[in-house]
Amino acid sequence: MAVLSEEQSMLRDAAKSWVQEKSPVSAFRKMRDSGAELGYDVAAWNEMAEMGWAGVIIPEEYGGSNFGYLSLGLILEELGRTLTASPLLASGLAAASALVLGGSDAQKSEWLPKIAEGTAVGALAVDEGPHHNPSKVEASVKGGKLTGKKAFVLEGMAADVLVVSAKGEDGKVGLYLVKGDDAGVKRTRLHLADSRGAANIEFNGAAAEALSGGADLLEKVLDRARAGIAAEMLGSANQAFETTLEYLKTRVQFGQVIGSFQALQHRAAKMFTDLELARSTVEAALAAIDADSPDVPELVSLAKAKMGDTFHLVSNEMVQMHGGIGMTDAHDAGFYLKRARAAEAAFGNQAFHRDRYARIQGY
Amino acid sequence: MADFGGGDLDAFRAEARAWIEANFPAELKNKPNPMMREEAVEPSPAQQAWKKAMGDKGWGVPTWPAQYGGGGLSPAEARVVQQELGRAGAYNPIGGMGVMMFGPTLLEYGTEAQKQEHIPGIVKGEVWWCQGYSEPGAGSDLAALQTRCEDKGDHFLINGQKIWTSGAQYADMCFCLVRTDTTKKHEGISFVLIDMHQPGVEVRPIKLINGTSPFCETFFTDARAEKKNLVGPLNGGWTIGKRLLQHERSGLSGGGGMFGMGRSLDNMAKEYVGVDEAGRIADSDLRSRIIQNDMDWRAFQQTAMRAMAEAKGNSGPSAATSIMKNAATSTLQTRAELTVEIMGAQGLGWTGDEFSKEEKEAVRSWLGGKATTIYGGSQEVQSNIISKRILGLPDLTQNH
Ligand SMILES: Cc1cc2nc3c(=O)[nH]c(=O)nc-3n(C[C@H](O)[C@H](O)[C@H](O)COP(=O)(O)OP(=O)(O)OC[C@H]3O[C@@H](n4cnc5c(N)ncnc54)[C@H](O)[C@@H]3O)c2cc1C
Repeated sequence: MAVLSEEQSMLRDAAKSWVQEKSPVSAFRKMRDSGAELGYDVAAWNEMAEMGWAGVIIPEEYGGSNFGYLSLGLILEELGRTLTASPLLASGLAAASALVLGGSDAQKSEWLPKIAEGTAVGALAVDEGPHHNPSKVEASVKGGKLTGKKAFVLEGMAADVLVVSAKGEDGKVGLYLVKGDDAGVKRTRLHLADSRGAANIEFNGAAAEALSGGADLLEKVLDRARAGIAAEMLGSANQAFETTLEYLKTRVQFGQVIGSFQALQHRAAKMFTDLELARSTVEAALAAIDADSPDVPELVSLAKAKMGDTFHLVSNEMVQMHGGIGMTDAHDAGFYLKRARAAEAAFGNQAFHRDRYARIQGY
Repeated sequence: MADFGGGDLDAFRAEARAWIEANFPAELKNKPNPMMREEAVEPSPAQQAWKKAMGDKGWGVPTWPAQYGGGGLSPAEARVVQQELGRAGAYNPIGGMGVMMFGPTLLEYGTEAQKQEHIPGIVKGEVWWCQGYSEPGAGSDLAALQTRCEDKGDHFLINGQKIWTSGAQYADMCFCLVRTDTTKKHEGISFVLIDMHQPGVEVRPIKLINGTSPFCETFFTDARAEKKNLVGPLNGGWTIGKRLLQHERSGLSGGGGMFGMGRSLDNMAKEYVGVDEAGRIADSDLRSRIIQNDMDWRAFQQTAMRAMAEAKGNSGPSAATSIMKNAATSTLQTRAELTVEIMGAQGLGWTGDEFSKEEKEAVRSWLGGKATTIYGGSQEVQSNIISKRILGLPDLTQNH
């Protein structure tokens, strides 16, 4: 665990107790069973926003607390523990960072205060196919109108403002703001295995305003989103592990708890080892973002790849070590398994980030 | 018995081909096997006719003895039937746990009267069986089972709970392990056959993580079993129950009925992630993992062929089948993981028109396939069997 400031400790403790009390996995189950149109519980999101979580990386002058990415990561980690679905990552992290880093004063003033207080939701629309590939951009802007298609936009249904990658009239890739209710925006809700909110979006000449920073801004925003989702995955993977560990200590077969079998003990030890390693990579990536270090891309790819592998392993072991009960929908194991694969794929899977890491290093 | 490739076999092949041509309804050609009762759709007249023809001929279970309705064929002839069915695009309409597990076990341990009573119904596909082994407290440690079976003079009375009973909601009969002596563990277990259509039997379907409900909790409350439905001696059920598990495992390790098979990953990957200048799968990391999985699968198939060749003349499955189950299931699970990864976010679609049928099936069979390393003896239990029985390593489990 990173050495935390007093503010950060308080934030983490507040997040921990809210999540455990107000948003246990049973709340996620209820949301899924209710078929919630947006893929999250709006009342719970409002509570989060009231606690200031949507404004953690937003400067104070725009209504945020400017606590930074490590701080936001602590909250995402706690939310990840119980698989709490919310637009915090898409809005309070990804869209907010795009505005903070690339918005004009007017754009910031228009959106950041609303994002910070949770009255507006932002989302990042980058990919155009089922695989993360931010350099492949067909969407284009001409005369301030954006045309193209974006796929698997997290919280795309809820978004009041979309941060969209597109080619400008000079052919260069940049980020643009498009309002969710623009007549040129057509959204289709996607029902994915992890039951979260996602959409395919068609833009037909939607009014678009450029953010400044071009392709560099896109990469910076993506790295922030990747580090954020890695923090959430860290929480989910740790909870999946702890739930499994608890089962190893209570389930009896052959007159002894199954955790007494070394075949399982060593696998538990391996998971613990990987989780500790993954935690280091995630915290290092978040800290590097806060320090505006030039190593951010490399550290983020390291974290997303390592965290992806770890969550993959732990979610599989969770099902396997629970035996038959782990295969049932009534148990939580399946939720972690489905969430793991969706989170692994989001903003680049392990293969993507291993390759990116190697390229940065010049392998 | 006919030899491989002998003249007799050629004559038999001609006969089989002619019979299939005469009896297999053309409209079913290359259609999937409707046997999976999960969907519980009413079979079409053609499907019913094909099932009846195969059931009467006994070719659904070609090597089972003819006196109980089986095909009475040699293994070589049975292979010919299988090849000819494949050639005609015909499925085998006879299957289920009766065929895979219970039938072979009863043929070995049942009395003449029991075989006469129960085998023909399996051969004709008329009686659907389920497996009442696992209980909430008895999974890997199956011998810890508690379901009580009392001798009431002219019948047995059964009380207790089974769990994870696959197909119990559709079953006519259950082959069940029950406790007939509470003072001993393995030696207090009996193997009885219970009629599922009686007031003392209640089944509650359980939903799986892939959204289907293929199995149930099964409650016995003063359920009845006829005395004639005890297989083997009283308190002698463990040996029979374990033998049945070997049949289950050898069935599972064939790859048949397993999740995760489908079209070539290579082509799928080229379609979803594209190719490089040399025509290779564009993602080299993914590519090398696909190759690894293909090689694992080839090695598994070669091992299956080798085991079959080596077992010729040897009857029934051996402890070596444990190797096959772990090898097959882990390779197929990896394959299912790769399929979902290849499809990217499209491979995570649950419902809706934004995803193809193939994509939605991929995610559900990926999830459903996780069960293959849990049922039929978990991966860990198989590894324990290999370590103890084959490698001769000591057993420190308090397996009293
Ligand atoms: C889809 C599905 C269908 C099924 N169908 C049937 C059916 O039709 N009839 C039926 O009777 N049962 C059925 N089963 C039940 C299945 O046989 C059991 O789930 C299985 O035996 C494991 O038991 P358990 O679930 O109680 O897990 P547990 O035995 O509690 O095991 C939990 C974990 O501990 C591990 N473990 C246990 N003992 C050891 C050990 N000594 N060393 C190392 N690790 C160990 C296990 O491998 C597992 O990972 C089905 C199960 C599934 C998932």
